[in-house]
Amino acid sequence: MNTEIALFLIQDGLTNGAIYALLALALVLVFAVTRVIFIPQGEFVAYGALTLASLQLGKLPGTAWLLLGAGLAVAAVELVQALRVRALRRIPAIILKFIIVPVFLVGLVWWAAPQKPALTLQIVLALALIVPLGPMVYRLAYQPLANASVLVLLIVSVALHFAMTGLGLVFFGAEGSRTPPFSDAQWKLGVLTISGQSLWVVGASLALIAALLLFFEHTIYGKALRATAINRVGARLVGVSPAMAGKLSFTLAALIGALSGILIAPITTIYYDSGFLVGLKGFVGAIVGGLLSYPLAAAGAVLVGMLEAYASFWASAYKEVIVFTLIIPVLVWRSLTTHHIEEDEE
Amino acid sequence: MNLLLDVRDLCVAYGKVEAVHRVGLQVEQGRIVTVIGPNGAGKTTLLAALMGMLPARGSVNYAGEEIMRVEAERRVSRGLCLVPERRELFAAMTVEDNLTLGAFHRYRKRDKTVGEDFERVYQLFPRLQERRRQMAGTLSGGERQMLALGRALMSRPRLLMLDEPSLGLAPLIVRDIFRVIAGLRDKGVSILLVEQNARAALQVADYGYVLETGEIVVEGPSAELASNPRVIESYLGFVSVNAA
Ligand SMILES: Nc1ncnc2c1ncn2[C@@H]1O[C@H](COP(=O)(O)OP(=O)(O)OP(=O)(O)O)[C@@H](O)[C@H]1O
Ligand SMILES: [Mg+2]
Repeated sequence: MNTEIALFLIQDGLTNGAIYALLALALVLVFAVTRVIFIPQGEFVAYGALTLASLQLGKLPGTAWLLLGAGLAVAAVELVQALRVRALRRIPAIILKFIIVPVFLVGLVWWAAPQKPALTLQIVLALALIVPLGPMVYRLAYQPLANASVLVLLIVSVALHFAMTGLGLVFFGAEGSRTPPFSDAQWKLGVLTISGQSLWVVGASLALIAALLLFFEHTIYGKALRATAINRVGARLVGVSPAMAGKLSFTLAALIGALSGILIAPITTIYYDSGFLVGLKGFVGAIVGGLLSYPLAAAGAVLVGMLEAYASFWASAYKEVIVFTLIIPVLVWRSLTTHHIEEDEE
Repeated sequence: MNLLLDVRDLCVAYGKVEAVHRVGLQVEQGRIVTVIGPNGAGKTTLLAALMGMLPARGSVNYAGEEIMRVEAERRVSRGLCLVPERRELFAAMTVEDNLTLGAFHRYRKRDKTVGEDFERVYQLFPRLQERRRQMAGTLSGGERQMLALGRALMSRPRLLMLDEPSLGLAPLIVRDIFRVIAGLRDKGVSILLVEQNARAALQVADYGYVLETGEIVVEGPSAELASNPRVIESYLGFVSVNAA
């Protein structure tokens, strides 16, 4: 191996690592706030990439139907609940939020897609279709089980992962897609060629991480999420409901997932089921941080990206094996160095 | 008579074991009402149920509305506030962030007057201002009590429920805390106070209830309770006969 290849692999590793870091942060966030191990995180990545690919072909993406369906389901659940506690005043808001707004969004995309708008607008449209799915998924699958054990929530996550992969196949078909890069620019830096897309990925990831940091440190909702993660009872006592915190964290997770998908769509071909492996690598990174520490999770994720890049050079057939085997020494190291954290009983 | 809280036939059970049995209790606007009783009587359980943190049966009327089916978070935004026995602070966040979160429902409603309350709380507890960048988990026991009370005040409660605010405090600080409580009443806040320190509680309160094994056994104006032989024997000790 010469320097040129080594540097190229570093670039490759950093690019992928940045994406894994974003996903790892989302996983830590969702786990800290809701105790859900969010396996379907990867599906949001695939949905993001495939939705953007459909938009670039001028087609209405399948996610549109998913949004309408999920909206109807949430509306039904909320209406039944409102009727049960006789809170009729909530009905107009429910219909607006879960039926009218999704119909409006889908209508907007249906009108805009054939005109093939600029890439930025396409990204905004893709996010508008996918991000609302995050809180809807939380409402349908997890909120009714808010007091269940981590294991039960994990089982729900596995089921949801299969359901969302299946829906991906239905709505996007079995072919993979790859979108054109955001920029064709290339820079020569000594022996290394830096691609514009890599810079986009790393830059956008860093920007998103910085934005998240500001959100958690300086906004009342960011603080409310941290508070819920630290002490649920305390959070309820100051008026932060676990359901609200859950929906907010799932919204962020969906946003991060979809954006990650959009960022990697020009680098690799994404199929309806590609999200799982991508998400799993973010998960390995998150495990390095014990699903608790944001900086450790991000560092772990970058490590995963590097390992993957070098593994694909030396033993490309065993790439995934090598990456996922990393989890064993990590778990051994964690179990030796950390004290067991009791699950808080309420 | 202007009733802020009217509780009737409240029963709370942990599984099959009933910890609070058919409790009736009233708090008038702008009054301090205390609930005293031995360990395990159900005082903490009673407050948690009133806050909506535990499922309960019976009727709880607050500010003219039945709130039995209202979630705890919504009760907070209606001005009900509990300082729980275990304080439930956000240990890994700063003192200031804890106070900020106390006003969460007001920030949500874009209330512009939250800043004034920071000043008011810091004036009440200058120690909190000195330590506003410190993590809540590293505060001393007394400072933690101040922070718990301060966080509650940030929500601008109409009815403040305090579960043993003097727990583990030095006598001097206990006096300060009770002074703060009396001051709150003068500003129109109604208070439901649970205390082990029955003497101090009856001194500051207008009305009192004695809870034993989940049931109210005696009630009356504080002065009357303080001279009730049964209360004296169980909760004030014999000394107070001379003291009173
Ligand atoms: N989570 C729980 N599960 C089962 N029983 C409980 C639970 N919490 C409290 N109890 C029981 O309910 C009864 C009332 O407890 P509670 O904490 O309300 O008493 P208290 O009056 O606040 O006592 P103290 O003065 O010691 O704080 C006790 O017998 C207690 O053991
Ligand atoms: Mg108690």
